[in-house]
Amino acid sequence: MAADFNWAVGGEAGDGIDSTGKIFAQALSRSGRHVFTSKDFASRIRGGYTAYKVRTSVDKVQSVVDRLDVLIALTPRTIEENLEELHEGSVIIYDGERTTMQNVEIPEGMIGIDVPLKRLAEEAGGAIMRNVVALGAACEVAEFPIENLDSALEKRFGDKGQKLVDNNKEAARAGRSYVAEEYDAEFEYDLETTDEDYVLLNGDEAIGMGAIAAGCRFYSGYPITPATDVMTYLTGRLERYGGHVVQAEDELSAINMALGAARGGARAMTATSGPGIDLMTETFGLVATSETPLVICNVMRSGPSTGMPTKQEQGDLNHMLYGGHGEVPRFVLAPTTVDECFWKTVEAFNLAEKYQIPVYLTADLSMAVTEQTFSPDTFDMDAVEVDRGFVVDDASVEDHLSESGGFQPHELTEDGISPRAFPGTVDGAHMSTGLEHDEQGRRTEDTEMRVEQVDKRNRKVETATDREDWSPREFGDAEAETLVITWGSNEGALAEALDLLEDDGIDIRVLSVPYVFPRPDLSDAIEAADETIVVECNETGQFANLVERDALVRVDRINKYDGVRFKADELAREIRASLETGTEATQ
Amino acid sequence: MSSDVRFTDFKSDKQPTWCPGCGDFGTMNGMMKALAETGNDPDNTFVVAGIGCSGKIGTYMHSYALHGVHGRALPVGTGVKMARPDVEVMVAGGDGDGYSIGAGHFVHAVRRNVDMTYVVMDNRIYGLTKGQASPTSREDFETATTPEGPKQPPVNPHALALASGATFIAQSFSSDALRHQEIIQEAVEHDGFGFVNVYSPCVTFNDVDTYDYFRDSLVDLAEADHDPADYDAAKDVILDSDKEYQGVIYRDEESVPYHEQHGVDEDMSDIPDGAPENATDLVREFY
Repeated sequence: MAADFNWAVGGEAGDGIDSTGKIFAQALSRSGRHVFTSKDFASRIRGGYTAYKVRTSVDKVQSVVDRLDVLIALTPRTIEENLEELHEGSVIIYDGERTTMQNVEIPEGMIGIDVPLKRLAEEAGGAIMRNVVALGAACEVAEFPIENLDSALEKRFGDKGQKLVDNNKEAARAGRSYVAEEYDAEFEYDLETTDEDYVLLNGDEAIGMGAIAAGCRFYSGYPITPATDVMTYLTGRLERYGGHVVQAEDELSAINMALGAARGGARAMTATSGPGIDLMTETFGLVATSETPLVICNVMRSGPSTGMPTKQEQGDLNHMLYGGHGEVPRFVLAPTTVDECFWKTVEAFNLAEKYQIPVYLTADLSMAVTEQTFSPDTFDMDAVEVDRGFVVDDASVEDHLSESGGFQPHELTEDGISPRAFPGTVDGAHMSTGLEHDEQGRRTEDTEMRVEQVDKRNRKVETATDREDWSPREFGDAEAETLVITWGSNEGALAEALDLLEDDGIDIRVLSVPYVFPRPDLSDAIEAADETIVVECNETGQFANLVERDALVRVDRINKYDGVRFKADELAREIRASLETGTEATQ
Repeated sequence: MSSDVRFTDFKSDKQPTWCPGCGDFGTMNGMMKALAETGNDPDNTFVVAGIGCSGKIGTYMHSYALHGVHGRALPVGTGVKMARPDVEVMVAGGDGDGYSIGAGHFVHAVRRNVDMTYVVMDNRIYGLTKGQASPTSREDFETATTPEGPKQPPVNPHALALASGATFIAQSFSSDALRHQEIIQEAVEHDGFGFVNVYSPCVTFNDVDTYDYFRDSLVDLAEADHDPADYDAAKDVILDSDKEYQGVIYRDEESVPYHEQHGVDEDMSDIPDGAPENATDLVREFY
């Protein structure tokens, strides 16, 4: 892989950190460089600190690493927070004229670049542009052509008038010139540009775009970190495509509205995070037993209860698999990359309608807020297929009526899939209910019918298991003795860890699993390996437990639940350590 | 469908299990007649019901229907109507469903002013669980769970609706079949959220709020020189706790329903086989 460059801007919440970071990421993307971003929301010491980090290379980047080359520090704490990642030769850009930064100490071996950010910004038209001055300074340090920054500034400020765009461009140039004139040093970075076209988006946006592509027309939600961006993305955009977004009064209402829209025949979705999933669980059983197709997106964050709302965790897997009283099938899909968030959303809608079943589509915080570059072809809209499953119309409805003439939405069929009639279909009127029901949807406590309906619902899972492709993604060395299994957003870090381990002569086989239920049978792969390690961001190893149960073996586990995602180099170290301590697995 | 729809077309083949004499029979009949009278038929009607004796109504009526979880019928109706503006949506529930567990949704459904009808079968008691106090039970109403009465004032649903910005507020009595049907019909025809609280007596567990009580005490607003367009007059009726009323209490003639406010007028069930036209524009936005 070509050399990567790691950059960050950090300060207090309210310093415009997010927006500044996004502009730099956009500039890199528009110059044909790959980008992978991450956010530090809160402090390891105490609240207020926030940072936006960018890793970039001309090659694909899929993870964050424990290294920082250039840091724009708006507060002393920003330096303190990143000491472990800064290294000898790292550049720290700061404003020594800012009261809090006057006595700041640049750690030994690092290069401090003192730029009067605020003063230069004021000269260019306003103190508010001080972060843009810093971006200009960073361009000089990284030898990154400032014209690329211009393009990102135009995108960011274009709708606010040319004057503002021009002022920002001037502010950036002031920062660049200041560094060029005052610091005669040669920096070791040289961010080359390419002719590649990239788009830059995060997991929440990819889910939103996937929903529109799949024909979702109705979205109801209640704001919650880190799922709000799905709703923000869809608002206005869904309307452009004939749909509508409603902000409900709570998650109980959000899922019930989506249920109503789905019964009306619309493709409907709601998105939330753990606390919202708790509330939605009340209605989940109704959705499932009434055989209503619905996509429920859960962007996981750290729990339990309010937990750490801006921190990473993959702790809701058991809840999605088992949540709710009684027994009823559901599907659980877990995209493993930002681009897969798009495709798995499309797939979730198709699966929901083909099998008339609620589908949990789960991303995690890291993926939701990570901005990553992709070739625009990655999201080929012509490749999107919409399969609405078994829907009857005015003509075909008569094949599915009872002897007394009632439509049978829960008809007992061999594959478990019954006909659907949308309101308006003549003679299709029927009841949907949370009560156990007969084929017509009418309440029943008949023992035979009860068993037949339970079996019918479960048969849909068997049918789906046979008909659909539930394969994991595989990479690394297929013959390796060590098998590493993961799910969710850890894939990127693992893909890069694989390269690092390879450099050390350690070969591993990686299976990244985007399907939690139904899921692929990994028994053969585990059998073939000497050692199996399951990597996930939770304490109890919820996925590892499933793997053990499926394959009837013990596996090793790497679990992280400190609220921070895996980094590639960290994960490589963990895997190396796990292999050194030897396996506790018994076949 | 055809213009010869009769109200019995809205009847299912399931026999109601309500107690003989239950007010819900009359409430349901009025709903079915109002639907037929306003030109609807079972195939373009969606009835949403909650939990409780009232919740069984979807089973006894014939139409597209959903019998949901306790208290969440209004959000379901909201979703149906937004996805299918062409479908007539009627939501039915009890006083427990609407004013206790679902009170939060009631307030917000009123505010949204979605063009649907909400019928609350108010018997001032929890019947299905065999007689506990409901949010509309009197302060001194003795039940197994409130041996000395709830000692809390009953919820005033009309006041709650008015305070939430309601555009149609009405009260009917299940036993006055003709007036009940007329009032429901007006709610169906209203452009917006048509809210009707129906006194629907429980003959088994409520020996206070009986047919006789309502018959003796009801004042019909149609005969009382009441102008439903007059907000202040409506307020006076609603806050008058000394009398029981029936009729349309308040109607905002200027009501603009949700779908007009938000331009939601498409049948959302109709989508293409692939991504929508111009979907690639979405990708370009990320350059």
